[in-house]
Amino acid sequence: MSRLRRAAARVFAVFRRRTLDRDLDAELAAHIDLAIDDYIQSGLSPAEARRQALLHFGGIQQAREHHRTTRGLMSLDILLQDLRYTLRTLGRDRGFTAVAVLILALGIGANIAVFSVVNTLMLRPLPFPAAQQLVWIAPPPSACGLSCATYSTDAYDEFRMYTRSYQDVTGYFAFSSPGNLSLNRGGAPIPATGIDVIANFFQVLGVQPAMGRAFTPADALNGAPPVIILSDAWWRTQFNADPNIVGKAFDINGRQTTVIGVLPAAFDFGAVFQPGARIDAITPLNLYGPPRNWGNIITFLGRLKPGISLAQAQQDAAAAAPHMCWNNKQPQSCGSYTGSVVPVPLKDYVSGRLRRSLVVLWAAVGMILLIACVNLSNLLLARAAARGKEFAMRSALGAGPARIVRQLLTESLVLSAAGAFFGLLLAAIVLHWLAHQGAVALPLLHLLRIDGAALGWTLLIAVTAAVVFGLVPGIRMAAGNLQETLKDSGPGSGLGRKHERVRSVLVVSEVALACVLLVGAGLLLRSFMHVLDVDLGFEPARAAAIKVDYDDNVPGDKDGSLGAQKRTAIFRQVIDRVSAIPGVQAAGISDYLPLDRNRSWGLPLPKGIKPPDKQPAGPLVYVVSPGYIRAMGTRLTGRDIAWSDGPKSEPVVLIDSGYAHYLASLTHWPNNDAVGQLLDNGPGQPLRVIGVVDNVREESTEAQTGWQIYYPATQTTPYGAELVIRTQLPPATLANAVLRTLRELNPKQTAAEFRPLITLVDHANSPRRFFMLLVATFAALGLLLAALGIYGVISYSVTRQTQEIGIRMALGASAGLVQRQVLVGTVRLALIGVVIGSVASVAATRLIASLLFATSPWDAATYVAMAVALLAVAAVSGLLPARRASRISPMVALRAN
Amino acid sequence: MTADKLDLLQGTLDLMVLQTLAAMGSLHGYGIARRIEQVSGNEVLLNQGTIYASLVRLEQRGWIASSWGVSGNNRKAKFYALTPAGQQQLTADAHYWQRLSGVMDRVLAMSADPDEEATPA
Repeated sequence: MSRLRRAAARVFAVFRRRTLDRDLDAELAAHIDLAIDDYIQSGLSPAEARRQALLHFGGIQQAREHHRTTRGLMSLDILLQDLRYTLRTLGRDRGFTAVAVLILALGIGANIAVFSVVNTLMLRPLPFPAAQQLVWIAPPPSACGLSCATYSTDAYDEFRMYTRSYQDVTGYFAFSSPGNLSLNRGGAPIPATGIDVIANFFQVLGVQPAMGRAFTPADALNGAPPVIILSDAWWRTQFNADPNIVGKAFDINGRQTTVIGVLPAAFDFGAVFQPGARIDAITPLNLYGPPRNWGNIITFLGRLKPGISLAQAQQDAAAAAPHMCWNNKQPQSCGSYTGSVVPVPLKDYVSGRLRRSLVVLWAAVGMILLIACVNLSNLLLARAAARGKEFAMRSALGAGPARIVRQLLTESLVLSAAGAFFGLLLAAIVLHWLAHQGAVALPLLHLLRIDGAALGWTLLIAVTAAVVFGLVPGIRMAAGNLQETLKDSGPGSGLGRKHERVRSVLVVSEVALACVLLVGAGLLLRSFMHVLDVDLGFEPARAAAIKVDYDDNVPGDKDGSLGAQKRTAIFRQVIDRVSAIPGVQAAGISDYLPLDRNRSWGLPLPKGIKPPDKQPAGPLVYVVSPGYIRAMGTRLTGRDIAWSDGPKSEPVVLIDSGYAHYLASLTHWPNNDAVGQLLDNGPGQPLRVIGVVDNVREESTEAQTGWQIYYPATQTTPYGAELVIRTQLPPATLANAVLRTLRELNPKQTAAEFRPLITLVDHANSPRRFFMLLVATFAALGLLLAALGIYGVISYSVTRQTQEIGIRMALGASAGLVQRQVLVGTVRLALIGVVIGSVASVAATRLIASLLFATSPWDAATYVAMAVALLAVAAVSGLLPARRASRISPMVALRAN
Repeated sequence: MTADKLDLLQGTLDLMVLQTLAAMGSLHGYGIARRIEQVSGNEVLLNQGTIYASLVRLEQRGWIASSWGVSGNNRKAKFYALTPAGQQQLTADAHYWQRLSGVMDRVLAMSADPDEEATPA
């Protein structure tokens, strides 16, 4: 009890120091006075009485210290004392403080931001309850796009029936096109994007709507009243965050659709499953309606039973695969999924591909922090050197080495704390910006924020940084030879030189680190430029696409030919009218666009040959109008589809050169030319190849993924229509004219987005661009910090050598010579750094080798460019001090000191 | 003259202060120090200044209380007095010291009596 009381009193005493000290001083003064009184009474003279009183008291200062030590907490006391002193000295040295805090804020801020990205994408579980149970079930990657990555509704039923490891399985319709919903609230219909999901979707994920309810199986039955669940963002922007929206009905795609729920802000379908796409609403998928006959259309997503391992789930899925049928009405399609049903953790599907990039990013910011620390060490050393006398004096007055290191560490901690504070602000701004980059095709970005883990990380790196950059100067100062320092008044002696050596080592390591960063950034930049140079098979510049709404329903149309005729008329009118708009060079329609969505329908082979045993994946299918190929800027040999290729005339197709080459290898065509040849698309369904076009990059700009086949929209039913126009003007300038024309032709046309084709390419390239930009930014930051470091060291050494330079100039050295010598010294340091850095880079680039595109990790051009850039920056950093050195007036220099 | 004075054992000063206050009632620091010197017959090596660390320790533990007052010869001084908790502590500590000193007396009075010497095993 009394101990506790005393502990509290001691802590309390630390903060009442001044009052208590005054009290004690008064008490001690009273003591001496009382003693003097006594001695005078006993007959001593006042002077002798005073002497005796003081003698008996012992040292007043010791008594005071003893009292303080007993009264308070010495370590806390010292800490507060150090803090006060630090704040005072830093306040006096504003320039130094500002530079140091800025450097730290940049270093720490970059680290916090990247940590948050890494944490969100890689470390944290997905934002679902028991997310580790969720698996993505898909075939291994193949060349035929989404159609080979999805399953049929029959397969879904069989998978559920024949597996035991899954609590439940769900999925969504993978072929929804952007703008597939048209919301009509009077005025122009508003386009929106919806995804059809299997009714148990939200239950499997464990997502609760923020308002209203999730889907029930009844919502997905034939004839069920249409219902919709809104995304948080769409509810806010389109419905003004109406709190009573649940239960209201709106005209969506011409049907009164009831809003039954609003999703929580934390769940963004696009951010998890289709990064970079905006998904406004979720609708139920009717498994037993028309989708039954659409083939492979749904993705699988399962939740494992508790305690089931991934290996068990994989075995279970593999065992179920032979029972799964593409279509139950076609018994020969049963078992076609064998080997193609592989569950992987959902998290791997969502962010697994990014792991390497994230690790690289993390390493890059780690290096930035190291460079920042080295820089700080350098600044502190310079400062410590200037304060050498101060520390020597303290030491002479009895401060032990530990006490001095402690004082210096307190200083670095204060700097680091300030840096961490501003770094947090910086990171918060960056993360806020990133979280709103909806168009970057990276998952989960909307969840980016500074959370508890990020704060913990901040604390960790701030303290580590403080120790790293504070310890070297601290130890050097404390270990300094007292006498030598006190004597070290002139330049060029003792500690001064030693300091310079340490600082040179620091600068060299800084340059080496910056070098590694620059090489990495350079290689990524070159890869990115190579990606931009890739021949995509179409010309995205000066072209744009807009979704066209049309209605080709004809009552009583048995074989689809009436619909085809009606559609042909509509498309022809649209293309004619749009082509007449001034500035439009070409126009055409396709249902799917490259780098957007894709599907495949099988593999038509040359007529009359025996199918090979091992067949590759079928070509990706596009249903296009005449003029589309020209509007895309794709090269064509043979003839384009014509309006005269109608439902009653011979079925024709265009195929890409890769597919044509494969087909030619199976048979004997004159000159291996596919044009004019017949293909077999099933019994009694011949296809005439009328032209061969360039292979188009379909799924990724970086790799050739699949072949293509183009069917005429006049003969085959397309799934929607994207009107592509080619122009000489900036595409955006035509947006209004095109939309006005479409509206004139069809009042129901939604105000669909007018997408320049380059946005498709940008979207496909966005992850690479994103990482490249970040790494390049970090490299630039590293270069800047290294330049600062070089400048600091050279500038300091020139100042220290003022006298020496003065003497040399007095003895006849020219300004040019002095300048040259300083510059040579600078470049020599940088050169050592570059050499070490290059060697380190050769080792480090192995880490990023898999992220490079058409670029060798030992790309000589990059290394040379980096070395030249670094040396140039070093020379410029050294130039200012060099010029200052050459302007030293011998008279002034010799009088100084 | 200091050579033959006694060094104070750790903790003994606190007990002396408590006992002085118990015997004399309220007293200032100088008075306490003087009193201890007088009672010890000037045999204790006491820098009067060290009394203050002891005083603050006892006060923080709640065994003594202080207040500013005026001394007999009209000087302002801080006066210390025993609290009830301090009284209890004094009783306990005094008892402990008496026991210890009894033991020490007996140990030091020990003679080389062969019967009581332990035989090496």
